[in-house]
Amino acid sequence: MPNKMQIATNPSRPLSPYGDREGDGMVQFSFTLQVPPSARAREAAKQLAEMHGLREPIVATMEECAQGYSYFVVYGHSQFTIDVAQIEVPEVRTEALSREEIEHRIVARLGRKIVVVGACTGSDAHTVGIDAVLNYKGYAGDKGLESYKGFEAYNLGAQVENDQLAERARALKADAILVSQVITQRNCHKENAGAFIDLAKKQGWREGVVLLLGGPRIDHKLALELGFDAGFGPGTKPSDVASFLVEKICG
Amino acid sequence: MDERKVAECRTLASDIADDVQRYIDRHTTVGAERTFLRAYGVDGVDDQGAPLVNLAVDRYHQAGLLGRGMTLFLGRALLDGASTIQDAAERLAYGHEIDPGEGGPSIEEIRGALARHTQAAIERIDRARKEREDLKTRVVPGASPLRYVIVATGNIYDDAVQAKAAAYAGADIVAVIRATAQSLLDYVPHGATTEGYGGTFATQENFRIIRRATDEATHEYGRYIHQTNYSSGLCMAEIAWMGAVERLDMLLNDAMYGILFRDINMCRNFVDQYISRRFIARAGITINTGEDNYLTTADAVEKAHTVLTSQFINEAFAKRAGVADEQMGLGHAYEIDPWLEDSFLLEIAQAQLIRQIFPRHPIKWMPPTKHKVGDIFFAHVHDAMFNLVGVTTHQSIELLGMFSEAIHTPLLMDRYLSLKATRYVFGAARHLGDEIEFKPDGIVAKRARQVLDEAHELLLEVKRDSIWDAIGTGAFADVKRTRTGGKGYRGVVERSPDYFNPVLDELEGKSTR
Repeated sequence: MPNKMQIATNPSRPLSPYGDREGDGMVQFSFTLQVPPSARAREAAKQLAEMHGLREPIVATMEECAQGYSYFVVYGHSQFTIDVAQIEVPEVRTEALSREEIEHRIVARLGRKIVVVGACTGSDAHTVGIDAVLNYKGYAGDKGLESYKGFEAYNLGAQVENDQLAERARALKADAILVSQVITQRNCHKENAGAFIDLAKKQGWREGVVLLLGGPRIDHKLALELGFDAGFGPGTKPSDVASFLVEKICG
Repeated sequence: MDERKVAECRTLASDIADDVQRYIDRHTTVGAERTFLRAYGVDGVDDQGAPLVNLAVDRYHQAGLLGRGMTLFLGRALLDGASTIQDAAERLAYGHEIDPGEGGPSIEEIRGALARHTQAAIERIDRARKEREDLKTRVVPGASPLRYVIVATGNIYDDAVQAKAAAYAGADIVAVIRATAQSLLDYVPHGATTEGYGGTFATQENFRIIRRATDEATHEYGRYIHQTNYSSGLCMAEIAWMGAVERLDMLLNDAMYGILFRDINMCRNFVDQYISRRFIARAGITINTGEDNYLTTADAVEKAHTVLTSQFINEAFAKRAGVADEQMGLGHAYEIDPWLEDSFLLEIAQAQLIRQIFPRHPIKWMPPTKHKVGDIFFAHVHDAMFNLVGVTTHQSIELLGMFSEAIHTPLLMDRYLSLKATRYVFGAARHLGDEIEFKPDGIVAKRARQVLDEAHELLLEVKRDSIWDAIGTGAFADVKRTRTGGKGYRGVVERSPDYFNPVLDELEGKSTR
């Protein structure tokens, strides 16, 4: 399992947002109210900011962004502090392995390729994430799993139904399955990803396969809650996923 | 620019399209046949929400009769005593027996029985076109690049509010994003809709609702506001017809997009794109092609030439459907990694090249999306650079970038800020493009030559392999598709020698009347 890392090295210390000096609590805040610009609208924005805990808010701009709607930018001082040492967040282990190390461990410890199958499931047609992780090209100069000798990567593309993904993954004897969910309205990404786990359990193969979830609204905590082994959010590089899989499958 | 090479590219693209056109002219599809029934005025759904046109077409498809054309059976039902077109279509869908199409009236009698209705079908499209042209002379559109924004609430009534708000803030074109996966439905939903994931269903009634809102905006703000929707997916032809009669101004419509990005069967897609474009051509609608999408899956520097190649092919297909150059909004995008040195110059090179190769075409310029990140402040700067290239190289239609692209569908204020920044850049650099020229051996000119050369080479390959096989080997967007794979292949039918379709004859200008 991924390490539950605690930032134990940080001493307990309450923090507030940092503007240009410690403790000023400076926050920028922008929003729209359904009211045309006026002196009252400006005061309303100021009071709304105060209700959010901002002291001495300054309404930096008020502009009519649509007929009868005002857009505001407000600066103010937060009244709250947060102690980072008290916070516990499960994180995917952060130690990134080098390409050589990844290839070496697969050969030395597993002796065959790791089979990875990925897809954007449900009605989701946005393959940017799964393409970046699986396809040779990769993302931001970090080549995808297809570029590794030790991985056999299958990208099933978009709009793959959960049962199709399960069927293909089992036929290919997948060691790991990557589920990507990009379009995320009204939590449909959670429902769909959760349904995949249920399917895996029902069909009785959940334990034999590493299941990963990725997407812009996904984090590791959410993925664990849904029953996945790990979750990868925005900015994930293919080598992060590769390192995780090697750790998990090859040790 | 090497004019001779451009001419060679056009010849190659013509040959590529001719090969497919021979296939198209011998086939029809369930989607195409439904479209012709709609053109005659067949409307409505059953108590399960299944459109009458689907019920009628599916029944004759299952009976193996679709290759003769649904219009044949529609005309025969009229001659058999149906009181109206609608009554005739209901007989086709629900009648006791399927008409085997044997014996009875001659083709000329059938054509005669339909003549009045055929004329009405064409006039309905022509009327909408005239209405648009008249309104545009009274209330003229804004200066180009026209500012194109998207609304995507899922509820058509909210979309109408947002469409007007966008026009108020300076938008010239409003597109209603379609509900996710509508492209894979083999029917068009009916009526006004208020629920949809990722967007709002394209329905004829929804088109009317947005048309009313954008017309109100046109009159209130004194600037013609265009409406856009999606003629793509398995119902691309039906939606093209709906767009034609409901006076949409633009439709996203691409000869290959559905094949590559929605895994729609190639045979189906090629036939459907042709039929859709026949209606679009007649209606005077501007198409927006989807080459920008290539760069979201493939690398924007390495694969820049695939965009140009596809534009040549899209142009060739559109010409074969009677679409005028002035209706071809060929698409491309600002998708190069912003941290690459001189990326701005590479973007200028591509945009200027496409502008010059397609001088009369209302080129559609798409914003950065792939390299957009959650840092909205940076994203706003990124979009400003995109705007600068757009105005400098005289792009015709510009879809505005949203700084919150990587986070959510645009908020009211996001769209406002994007329009405001665009107003600044377009105004401040309005005539920049007229003031500058590029060094013949500089980075920009060299890059443009390289892209044109690579496009030429790819066109040669595609012609050698045929487009069917080229798509099979991943020539476009790194996506591979097979000829009989993908969705909707079962809906493709070979036309029989006596295929009957007076509306298509009219649209193709070969009417026997």
